[in-house]
Amino acid sequence: MTTMTLAKALNSGLRRAMEDDEKVLVMGEDVGTLGGVFRITDGLLKDFGDDRVIDTPLAESGIVGTAVGLALRGYRPVVEIQFDGFVYPAYDQIVSQVARFHFRTQGKVRMPMVIRIPFGGGIGAVEHHSESPEAQFVHTPGLKVVTCSNPADAYAMIQQAIRADDPVIFLEPKRLYHSTKGEVDESATPPPLWQSRVVQAGTDATLVAYGPTVSTCLDAAAVAADEGRSLEVIDPRTLSPLDLSPVFDSVRRTGRLVVVHEAHLTLGMGAEIAARVTEECFHSLEAPVLRVTGYDTPYPSARIEEFYVPDLDRVLDAVDRTFGF
Amino acid sequence: MTDPVFGPAPQQATDDLELVQLLTPEGERVDHPVFGREFSADQVRGFYRDMTLVRRLDIEATALQRHGELGLWPQSLGQEGAQIGAGRALSPQDFGFPTYREHGIAWCRGVDPVRLLALFRGVDQGGWDPFEHNFGIYSIVIGSHTLHATGYAMGVQRDGAVGTGDATRDTAVVAFFGDGATSQGDVNEAFVFAASYNAPVVFFCQNNQWAISEPSERQSRIPLYRRAQGFGFPGVRVDGNDVLATYAVMQAALQRARDGQGPTLIEAYTYRMGAHTTTDDPTRYRLSDDVEQWKLKDPISRVEAHLRSNGFADDDFFGEVAAEADALGERMRRECHALPDPAPRDIFAMVHAEQTAELAAQQAVFDAHVASFEEVAR
Repeated sequence: MTTMTLAKALNSGLRRAMEDDEKVLVMGEDVGTLGGVFRITDGLLKDFGDDRVIDTPLAESGIVGTAVGLALRGYRPVVEIQFDGFVYPAYDQIVSQVARFHFRTQGKVRMPMVIRIPFGGGIGAVEHHSESPEAQFVHTPGLKVVTCSNPADAYAMIQQAIRADDPVIFLEPKRLYHSTKGEVDESATPPPLWQSRVVQAGTDATLVAYGPTVSTCLDAAAVAADEGRSLEVIDPRTLSPLDLSPVFDSVRRTGRLVVVHEAHLTLGMGAEIAARVTEECFHSLEAPVLRVTGYDTPYPSARIEEFYVPDLDRVLDAVDRTFGF
Repeated sequence: MTDPVFGPAPQQATDDLELVQLLTPEGERVDHPVFGREFSADQVRGFYRDMTLVRRLDIEATALQRHGELGLWPQSLGQEGAQIGAGRALSPQDFGFPTYREHGIAWCRGVDPVRLLALFRGVDQGGWDPFEHNFGIYSIVIGSHTLHATGYAMGVQRDGAVGTGDATRDTAVVAFFGDGATSQGDVNEAFVFAASYNAPVVFFCQNNQWAISEPSERQSRIPLYRRAQGFGFPGVRVDGNDVLATYAVMQAALQRARDGQGPTLIEAYTYRMGAHTTTDDPTRYRLSDDVEQWKLKDPISRVEAHLRSNGFADDDFFGEVAAEADALGERMRRECHALPDPAPRDIFAMVHAEQTAELAAQQAVFDAHVASFEEVAR
């Protein structure tokens, strides 16, 4: 058991994956000599060489498109997109190519690729550096979309994603990279990648959160406990496919659900989760499913981002409202 | 025209001063200081046969579309010289990434023409095994596959399959695309990546003069092959209606890649004699005079003239090839009709390598829906 930051956990997970399978390559802007702008690939170039840790030209479509070719040749590329807002130049390659090769060829071609994207806000950045594009990828058949919220998951999930034979969009909560430390048991057997987890059990209302908002919801649960309310917090971990069984079980007990994410409100993960919970748990619901999210505006400038990102007060307010029905 | 500050103005995209040619439109062999080479009569007869059969394939498929058997067909008519010349230069271990008009390349890679029909009939979205033929699925998104070719070539480098001197091991990768694609960002990014890593990839651009209705001048102010220089690798323009020249230039570029010398851009200068696809009407945007001019440069006629005038082939040979073409056409018609529709329920299992519970559930709902009609029918 080792205590490490989320950034270090990802770094260790990548290193382990590269040791386990020589076909695993890391590629992206500044991932080699610099070790990545967030240092997630720190030291990998030195230990694995530039055939396996590839500093690329500054062209995201080119990075993902060449990764497709490498995968066709039998490699398992792990692509780093430097920031969430820079994934859009690669959007065509991801949506029209990466996601569809298996379908197009009736399974003759597999696309075992991981596209790592630091996502979410809260780091005081300029535009295009704080976005949450997960719904766009969840809405794309052929992709699997996962996000970690703590170092132990980060360490295990990056390795599981690399071992998967399908393309995985791997979203990393960038504001937690260096601010969150946790215990990582490198010898533990992790749960399956596509399984959600009850992070904290509770009896009165259910919170669903992933990535950077899990810790916000745990804080909210702690405050609510002081006020006599027991909140259950569930982290889906994988957004596509979405394992909502524990959420259904929870809502059947609590009758109340709040979904929390940084991405925009409309057609976000909250909308999908609300729809599925309504289909499965209609007669158990005591209140409509509520959502606490970023607003339907572009991500705002840094000095006011705290008003945009879901925080403790907004989550607690939603919990209050769900008890008002 | 020269700008007083910035120097010479761009050339015209249609400037063909540096066209490599080994066989004139009249069927006369000419030499070339760099790419000149000998061809056996057998080889040239082989090119003739390939081109004739591929033309028949194209004509037959066009007719099948007209009869409502295909949803769409992109014609390769007129581009047989470029495609057979390039396709026959490939070694078995080389890998080609095609766009959707590459029927001649597919032919050279051993893809059954019926599989091409299946794609345009809507039976599948590319039914051949890319790894069986070392030939990718037709790319519909213009230029996107040039990056796949470059990435594949980077993989070839990592496998140590360049520059070993072993002719059965050293591998070249080819991206096949058209003049329209050269405006795409992906193609330009492919050029950047290929140059940066010195990847063993050949960019084979068939400049057929038309991107649907837009002439190649809309894509470029300079001859396309000269773009390569700006990216840091050589470019060459070859007469794409000259199968011999195309073969010679392609083979040199492939060998350069296999030897570890890096990428090359080949602009095969040709003409799309047919429509963009069967839904297109080229009379709306181009002159029949142009088409007539290009008919005089036909890739097959010049090889036939060459074979006949040199006594390399007799009427029996041409009769045999014609009969083979008839048989191919007959088989395509028969097997096209017999292509089975796919089972709708199979789409759910095609999305991922590892099936998800969500899609399995959607498949079950679909099955129940279909079954409900069977209940009613009973």
